[in-house]
Amino acid sequence: MAKSGLLSSSLSKKYAMAATGLFLCLFLAGHLAGNLQLFIGGIQGQTAFNEYAHFMTTNPAVKLLSYLTYFSILFHAVDGVVLTVQNRRARPVRYAKERPAENAGWSSRNMMLLGTVMLVFIVVHMQNFWWKMHFGVVPTQMVEGVEMHDLHSVVMAFFGPENLYAMPAAGLYVVAMAAMGFHLWHGFESSFQSLGLRFDKFTPLIRGFGRTFSVVVPFLFAAIVVFIFVTQS
Amino acid sequence: MNFTLKIWRQDGPKSPGRMVTYPVTGISDEMSFLEMIDVLNDQLVRNGDEPVAFDHDCREGICGMCSMFINGEAHGPNRLTTTCQLHMRSFKDGETIYIEPWRAAAFPIIRDLVVDRSAMDRVMQSGGYVSVNTSGNTVDANALPIPKPAADEAFQAAACIGCGACVATCKNASAMLFVSAKVSQLALLPQGQPERLNRAESMVEQMDLEGFGNCTNTGACEVECPVGISLDHIARMNRDFLHAKVAKKG
Amino acid sequence: MRDQKQSASMDAKVPQGPLADKWTQHKNHVNLVNPANKRSIDVIVVGTGLAGSSAAASLAEMGYNVKAFCFQDSPRRAHSIAAQGGINAAKNYQNDGDSTFRLFYDTIKGGDYRSREANVHRLAEVSANIIDQCVMQGVPFARDYGGMLDNRSFGGVQVSRTFYAKGQTGQQLLLGAYSALSRQIGQGKVEMFNRHEMMDVVVVDGKCRGIIARNLITGALERHSAHAVVLCTGGYGNTFFLSTNAMGSNASAAWKAHRKGSYFANPCYTQIHPTCIPVSDEAQSKLTLMSESLRNDGRIWVPKHKKDVAAIRSGALKPVDLVEEDRDYYLERRYPAFGNLVPRDVASRAAKERCDAGMGVNSSGQAVFLDFSSAIERYGKTAANVKGIESPSAEQIEDLGREAVEAKYGNLFQMYQQITADNPYETPMKIYPAVHYTMGGLWVDYNLMTTVPGLYAAGEANFSDHGANRLGASALMQGLADGYFVLPYTIGDYLADDIRTGAISTEGAEFDTAERGVRERIEALMGNGGTTPVDDFHRELGKIMWNKCGMSRNATDLQSAIIEIQALRERFYKDVRIPGRADQFNPELDKAGRVADFLELGELMCKDALERNESCGGHFREEHQNAEGEADRDDINFTHVSSWEFTGVPSEATLHKEELAFENVELKTRSYK
Repeated sequence: MAKSGLLSSSLSKKYAMAATGLFLCLFLAGHLAGNLQLFIGGIQGQTAFNEYAHFMTTNPAVKLLSYLTYFSILFHAVDGVVLTVQNRRARPVRYAKERPAENAGWSSRNMMLLGTVMLVFIVVHMQNFWWKMHFGVVPTQMVEGVEMHDLHSVVMAFFGPENLYAMPAAGLYVVAMAAMGFHLWHGFESSFQSLGLRFDKFTPLIRGFGRTFSVVVPFLFAAIVVFIFVTQS
Repeated sequence: MNFTLKIWRQDGPKSPGRMVTYPVTGISDEMSFLEMIDVLNDQLVRNGDEPVAFDHDCREGICGMCSMFINGEAHGPNRLTTTCQLHMRSFKDGETIYIEPWRAAAFPIIRDLVVDRSAMDRVMQSGGYVSVNTSGNTVDANALPIPKPAADEAFQAAACIGCGACVATCKNASAMLFVSAKVSQLALLPQGQPERLNRAESMVEQMDLEGFGNCTNTGACEVECPVGISLDHIARMNRDFLHAKVAKKG
Repeated sequence: MRDQKQSASMDAKVPQGPLADKWTQHKNHVNLVNPANKRSIDVIVVGTGLAGSSAAASLAEMGYNVKAFCFQDSPRRAHSIAAQGGINAAKNYQNDGDSTFRLFYDTIKGGDYRSREANVHRLAEVSANIIDQCVMQGVPFARDYGGMLDNRSFGGVQVSRTFYAKGQTGQQLLLGAYSALSRQIGQGKVEMFNRHEMMDVVVVDGKCRGIIARNLITGALERHSAHAVVLCTGGYGNTFFLSTNAMGSNASAAWKAHRKGSYFANPCYTQIHPTCIPVSDEAQSKLTLMSESLRNDGRIWVPKHKKDVAAIRSGALKPVDLVEEDRDYYLERRYPAFGNLVPRDVASRAAKERCDAGMGVNSSGQAVFLDFSSAIERYGKTAANVKGIESPSAEQIEDLGREAVEAKYGNLFQMYQQITADNPYETPMKIYPAVHYTMGGLWVDYNLMTTVPGLYAAGEANFSDHGANRLGASALMQGLADGYFVLPYTIGDYLADDIRTGAISTEGAEFDTAERGVRERIEALMGNGGTTPVDDFHRELGKIMWNKCGMSRNATDLQSAIIEIQALRERFYKDVRIPGRADQFNPELDKAGRVADFLELGELMCKDALERNESCGGHFREEHQNAEGEADRDDINFTHVSSWEFTGVPSEATLHKEELAFENVELKTRSYK
């Protein structure tokens, strides 16, 4: 037992959570940068977004990153479930009276719940766009002689009036982004703690950055959805 | 002052337990929480009932033996305070007070509020020491100057009283604060360097074997710790363990 | 010319030769046990405080098979953990003229010339090694900005030789010893028995060969055999019910040894510590010490005039508002040379004297002030100078001063505030003496062996090093010296004869008898159909002891105390009620067993106090004081250790004297003026 493998220890599981979590934050930043083009109106915006989507699906380096992302999401989720199950087992009988808010923030105590909401969202979101993009029938647009999937129109249509479920879908997206915000509020800073990156001068910066990130990024994602929903209807 | 106490009663390790309600009256606000339990037990004995079993010894906040989960918090509502140093003036007259044992799979109940914390001893036995024989023939104590900040921080970590409040309060019943306090204390001192990485590795392994939960960095342990052990120590242990796993030879 | 009977002094087996060479010579000539043979020798260590943990760890490192026992849930809980102030060592790091001889001399003098020279000198000799050892184990002693170890001074001495870790020195030293013990447990060299109480020692063919222990979780009685047994079970301060000892601290192991033939030495020497938080109400379960180190910086006073006393008691006058001229800094007045740093016994009696004169400052009239305002101002000014603040304001000085005081005593101030709800940075602490330590204990020879061969006693459980009064920061020193550096040598001398003995059986008649005796005692307690809780008897015993065998004693009171205790004991066995069963976790039963022993030991304490017809150290007989109320020692008739042999009734024990020879110091009247 003494020299067990890297992943069997409780700490190693945390390192994995932290590393995948931080990687997914990078992914979020990239994803958001692309999505922000949805704010651009007219043909110009359509072209820019479709070029971006085309790049994301064809570039081999991005391809590799995307597999890493899928892996990270899966790993992060599975590892999270394993940790949660172990944690439940570590306290088989619960207290009759608990006052958890006295000593810990709400987000930090509900990472599993928040993560589950996000996972449901990711499945729905992948079905909505990723699946369509890869396996569905998608209109195309010619850009400088290259035929590209017109994902822009798919997005507009998805949140447009012709989709009966646009309203609940937009609602789900906004809720999911709120969950993501709370998840990041704890998760970003926590990742650094898990990796042992805690120093007097550095940690306040990380906390500040993490909290800004956890508010701004989900807000912008949600704002795009609301923007499209409002402008399309 | 009068109180309604709701106390966990459990005859033995295997018996079922339940919350039982007891009224106590005529409590002075000068009394410590444990003296209030003494008063209850005195009444119970006089009535021919069995008193509530609870752990306690020094009653001055240093031995780490007292261990009650009071009104949903380890060692009760006050910060930086053990149960024995909690006084009744911290409660409102007429209040209902829940008193439960530390709850963790690694801390099986012996009786009522008494739990078995020997898991913590076993973690210490797995590496919470400097391997030096007690011959007295070491180097002169001043031969190795230790910068005051390092000595002070090591002291902060070493102040852990081993009560288990961190485990009791953590939603995951994790013992990270306890384990890291010792790992960190010795990591901060020159005497602890030779075994530093091994120590982190073996103590964490023993901690996992004992069935404590995983740390999710909620920080509850730091808030409830009666001596204010900092999360800095957990981070230091995280670093050392990672270092051990990635870079250690052999 | 003394008669034959008196001159047959007990043999302490002190080695020959000059004082400073005795220990080295002794170590060079004791029998050794070779490493292979150590593996076939078992040693039992009872108690895991400083002495017990360090002894168990050291003996296991040497190769013996060790079984260690403690009644708490972990060896780390032992009450050594609560020692606050520090540990003495003759390192002379401060270059203030300290030396082994000076530490020896201060300890002998502080003990009022009632301790054994050779033992005390050995203690002083090994003191420096303790610090080296502990630092190597990772004990985080306080350091200065150069990274060197810091020192503070303690009562009764004029050098700074006390090493400390804030106000938690005992904790840090115990955790150091606990870590050494843990290492041995992890290696399988020590088998640890938590939540086990020693119920009796087993003597086979005149040698101690094991113990009967009770598993406190299941109530099961267990037999454990060994070639030698070491009792490191602490003192008997809880005889007084209220003391600074832990709730579980007890004298049962020592008392059981006494009943089995170990002589009990100087039981009347109890230390009443001057700086404790006063008693607040009837339900009080224990008293809390405020470290003596506070007297380095705190000044003790009461008002000069009765009218101010009344005003302060009623709350009409705040102590901070009483002007300097109306305050009586009585220690500084009576003992200008040592001031607030007089030894504990002197400081305690002086507080009692003022309170008896009606000057006590709380509602019960039993408290004096310990004031830090001068220290805050002094430190504040120094800090301002260091920081280069020119003409600092009063607030600046106070803030800086508070910071400095907090760094030194922060945890003590916090503890005080938690208990009393008063803020000692703003208003003086109220303190009063309380029972703290017992200098008496099982009689041991130079090798720390009791009068029963193979049965050893170390730390506070023995009587050996502190005479009639212990100096501050010396208990930690003695506990670790005994466990780390003395026993490991001396026990080998005895065990060398046991290398061919083989494992000791637990089946013999002696084990049967001992276990039966324990079982019968438990049954008698459980089945008496009584109605009164154990604590009632303990509290009552405590009152008798405090009033009649406390800070001052006289023959009449002591005689009546003996009769009262005997009556109380009889009532106890008839009327104590212990709920529950004996075969389960039952703290009331554990307590009852301990109180039963206190009820016998208390009687012997009174007997010893009565017999010692002089005042010395912590033992103050009202009949023996000079005109100024200072203690009057009788060196002609009482320069001996009173060692008591149990004969059936505690106060009818037979007295054996060990005459104390002082060859290296001159007996003087202790003066701290």
